[in-house]
Amino acid sequence: MRNLLSIRDLDRVRIEELCSLADEFLAVMRRPIPQVPALRGITVATMFFEPSTRTRLSFERAARGLSADVMGFQAAGSSVAKGESLKDTALTLRAMGANIMVVRHGSAGAPKRVAEWTGCPTVNAGDGANQHPTQALADTFALLRRFGRLDGIRIAIVGDVRHSRVARSDVEAFTRMGASVTLVAPPPLLPPDLTGWPVAVSDQLDDLLEELDVVYLLRVQTERGGATVLPSVEEYARRFGLDAHRLGRMPDHAVVMHPGPMNRGVEITPDVADHPRCLVLDQVEAGVAVRMAVLFRLGAGLKGEAPHG
Amino acid sequence: MEPFTAEPAVPDSSQVLDADAVRRALWRMAHEIVERHRGPDDLVLVGIHTRGVPLAEAIAGAISEFEGTDVPVGELDIGLYRDDLDRRPVTRLGRTFLPVDVTGVSVVLIDDVLFTGRTVRAALDALSDLGRPQRIELAVLVDRGHRQLPIRADYVGKNLPTALEERVRVRVDAIDGETGVWIERAR
Repeated sequence: MRNLLSIRDLDRVRIEELCSLADEFLAVMRRPIPQVPALRGITVATMFFEPSTRTRLSFERAARGLSADVMGFQAAGSSVAKGESLKDTALTLRAMGANIMVVRHGSAGAPKRVAEWTGCPTVNAGDGANQHPTQALADTFALLRRFGRLDGIRIAIVGDVRHSRVARSDVEAFTRMGASVTLVAPPPLLPPDLTGWPVAVSDQLDDLLEELDVVYLLRVQTERGGATVLPSVEEYARRFGLDAHRLGRMPDHAVVMHPGPMNRGVEITPDVADHPRCLVLDQVEAGVAVRMAVLFRLGAGLKGEAPHG
Repeated sequence: MEPFTAEPAVPDSSQVLDADAVRRALWRMAHEIVERHRGPDDLVLVGIHTRGVPLAEAIAGAISEFEGTDVPVGELDIGLYRDDLDRRPVTRLGRTFLPVDVTGVSVVLIDDVLFTGRTVRAALDALSDLGRPQRIELAVLVDRGHRQLPIRADYVGKNLPTALEERVRVRVDAIDGETGVWIERAR
């Protein structure tokens, strides 16, 4: 594995392999000393050209858990505000000794360019509405821990699929692992062209509840223009929001997922958000573990190599 | 014991210990461990993945048989502590699991072959992150020499002089479907 740019780079065996590694890293995270020396001497650059707190912190926590050094970078307040290009920023960080690039950017394909320019192993931490592979791995791993396998598991992904890189990545990961996925959204929030998506589609959440093992709620993304096509947030919450009544209609084993940050009172009511069958915090913990697995696989081969620059 | 037949993939190998010899060696090591510790209490056996784990279980089984006490058995994967990750990538990790807190107790690390000592160095680091044993000892089925670090074994099944380019292969029934030790000559 040279880069992780898209969940498409991973077949089922690779996904299972990373989740199996993540299982051991989860055990490491729960030790009194939650750190192993596997990536001592490696430096991970987290280049975030879009605001993000949880994903950046998750990568940094994962890197430190492997004893790697971290160079953090947020667009706001940096030279990007002065007009420095993505390429110059990436090459500058490499010249400072970064070995692994973690890139979030508003444009699809930006992480791939960084990988080409720097020659460093690169992880896509979210590019535009395109891909967010480590989130998909985190969600897959959280479900594997809950159900043991994804074969035959019925999942509804509810909300703004159109603007969601999480939905794109999750659909590919979940179906590759044997789950069946239904996208549930008002038509304006579905991608205009669903050709090739291995999914069913519905605009009636209430028709599906009894048949679901997992409801995956997407965030109503006001920052990506999702809110502008909605008649109103209240109307969305009434038709697609998950409340205790809808949760009660689902099977007893069914679980609720959300990539965070949650809009309590919009896509999820506060009592469901705090419900024991809501896996949000399991997803966060799984996220650190799979990012440790990814960084470990990318970084272990670099030890002993002279730094660039 | 079925007669040993060389596998086609390893044409030039000879068997050094058969299943009975391995069993006797492990039995003797079990006695030595209990004798040195004046009984099986406050003792934890920790097998190093992969083949150290069934060997640790076999030694614990022997102790249970002659002492009537079940000694706890743990597992240690040292993949994250290796100093050669750049040359030998790790795609899978075995389980790291200690059944009891090892702080203050005696731990006997168990591995199949002692060679350069680097695996044991990594295992000592891994163990130190999990607790602070009162004492750590090392038991190996085969000591083949060629140490690169100041490490020695406290209990040895068999000392086996080897050439550097030879390979020692330990097979354990629980993993390989047969038990024994072979030397594979350089080809």
